[in-house]
Amino acid sequence: MSEAAKPAMAAAAAAGAAKTAGRSGRSTELPEHLKAYKGVWVFIEHDRGHVHTVSWELMGEARKLADKLGVSVSGVLMGGPADPLESYAQEAYAYGADRCYLMRDPVLQGYRNEPFTKGLTDLVNTHQPEILLLGATTMGRDLAGSVATTLGTGLTADCTELNIDGRALAATRPTFGGSLLCTIMTLAYRPQMATMRPRTAAMPRRDDSRSGDIVTMALGMVETDIVTKLLDFIPDTNRNTVNLAYADIIVTAGKGLKNADNCKLVWELARVLGAEVGATRAVTQAGWLDAERQVGQTGKTVRPKLYIAAGVSGAIQHRVGMEASDVIVAINTDPNAPIFDFAHHGIVGNAMQVLPVLTQAFRTHLDKRIKKVA
Amino acid sequence: MHIVVCIKQVPDSAQIRVHPVTNTIMRQGVPAIVNPYDLFALEAALRLKDQFGGRVTVLCMGPPQAEDALRKCISFGATDAILVTDRAFAGADTLATSYALAAAIRKIGQEQAVDLVFTGKQTIDGDTAQVGPGVAKRLEMNLLTYVSRIVDVDLDGRRLQVERRAEGGVQLLETALPALITMLEGTNEMRFATMDDMLRAGRCPVRKWSKDDAGVEDITKIGLKGSPTIVSKVFAPKARSQRAETQTVDDGAGVHDVCLNLLQKIFTTHPTLEQETVDRLSA
Repeated sequence: MSEAAKPAMAAAAAAGAAKTAGRSGRSTELPEHLKAYKGVWVFIEHDRGHVHTVSWELMGEARKLADKLGVSVSGVLMGGPADPLESYAQEAYAYGADRCYLMRDPVLQGYRNEPFTKGLTDLVNTHQPEILLLGATTMGRDLAGSVATTLGTGLTADCTELNIDGRALAATRPTFGGSLLCTIMTLAYRPQMATMRPRTAAMPRRDDSRSGDIVTMALGMVETDIVTKLLDFIPDTNRNTVNLAYADIIVTAGKGLKNADNCKLVWELARVLGAEVGATRAVTQAGWLDAERQVGQTGKTVRPKLYIAAGVSGAIQHRVGMEASDVIVAINTDPNAPIFDFAHHGIVGNAMQVLPVLTQAFRTHLDKRIKKVA
Repeated sequence: MHIVVCIKQVPDSAQIRVHPVTNTIMRQGVPAIVNPYDLFALEAALRLKDQFGGRVTVLCMGPPQAEDALRKCISFGATDAILVTDRAFAGADTLATSYALAAAIRKIGQEQAVDLVFTGKQTIDGDTAQVGPGVAKRLEMNLLTYVSRIVDVDLDGRRLQVERRAEGGVQLLETALPALITMLEGTNEMRFATMDDMLRAGRCPVRKWSKDDAGVEDITKIGLKGSPTIVSKVFAPKARSQRAETQTVDDGAGVHDVCLNLLQKIFTTHPTLEQETVDRLSA
């Protein structure tokens, strides 16, 4: 075994969920009949009139992969009679797709595993893409796991980076809570499947002059074929108040704030900046802030323009969820806290003391600017 | 009612450190625990057992020492435990793992038909959330992922209603038994182990199944051979080349200046941020 492979082996054995190339007994050669699989696909997720932004982020990544491979990019649109799939297709072209596969059926109104798995599996078997990407959302992960098992192919979850190595997809993802990264490949099976979290990739530039073609396919299922019934959908009432993943500015509370009451200092700064409030795992576990505000490996991935971390130590599990932020500011009493290793600006000091003063400084500064505008 | 709960023994990821030179995981002294997400699945299963009677079988694939994780589950009230352990399973990715677990669940079903299978939404070491859907597909069970609440179970009518967490809302779904549920975190609180169950956990035999015991028919579908994905590289996250530019607050005297200074630096580092913030606040 090469020296380079050793850490991989150790990690693979430790994970029990991964393994290393080159051990005997498995094929790493692509069988002849799978060489016909061509092109990069993105499953386009939509809900109540909007495409999930992660699908466009993936479209940008798909475009880059396809250009390296010299192949085309296709979007997959599945939905019911009420879904404006054709207008989503136009958007898909603007974000980089060359073609859209469109499947419309009454049983595809609202996501359910069974009909979507059959539809996507049929599309893949008929049109044979080499790469299939989905968002790592509750829908994407539910669907990807089912489709990959049905097709008997490899699926890499929650990737943070997608690349081409040789002619194969090299999908990089954090492992062990972000302590290590591993690059995973599917060599002898097609399609190569991967999911990517919202906000991991940047939004591609929109070009409305681009166009493409539509290929339609029928699902071939009727409602009575489907066991699971969607009885109701209860939209989140706070949907518009917590949109952490797509916030421009986030102020995050860490354990260093000492108690739930001190979190109001974070809320106050967030209010002045028009920002969202984030939290570390320790803070949500202590019940100081809601679980949906958690940033990190087991929470949300964010990439705001400004990320202010107050009393956050910067553990790797937190770091992987926010390190793509444009500007990271840390306030922590410990000058050796890991957060100062990857923040851009820092204040070594007590967050409870610094936050009110920083809030006042921003308030004064921004008020002046806003008055000028008015 | 017969419920199978699939669990995994995992290293406590919060305590994992990476060796700075070799980039390998330092496992010494890192405790092995029941995957925390699986405990929500176990508690949901135990509540159904409290309500309907029957049994809860916990199932785990892993090395022999994973027996400890299964005993932990018995101490919470699981009826019995099966450890699927065989060197032939080593190196399995999620596809191969779902094949082995599905075979074992089929085997368990031969003793007593299985009504429901529960898993956690994902593990804390792999974080893939792929094994649950994989097992459901292989067993042709109705799949319900990210379940936040079990609304109703009609055992005689073989129907089940759940709330499922979706993007931007909750789906109310009805399906038929047998079904596989992956349970969302924070949806219940694990009960305290009773003295009786703790004693039982110590005595109760954990059945150990080899690949043959588990009814694995096709050995090309398990372990490394049955795994389409290949780890080609493992590496440490890149450190930022520069540490943060820090200012230190001493005894409160300098706080105001330090904050003003920071504000200027932020707006200088990101030239469009100030205008965008003003625009957003004015809107």
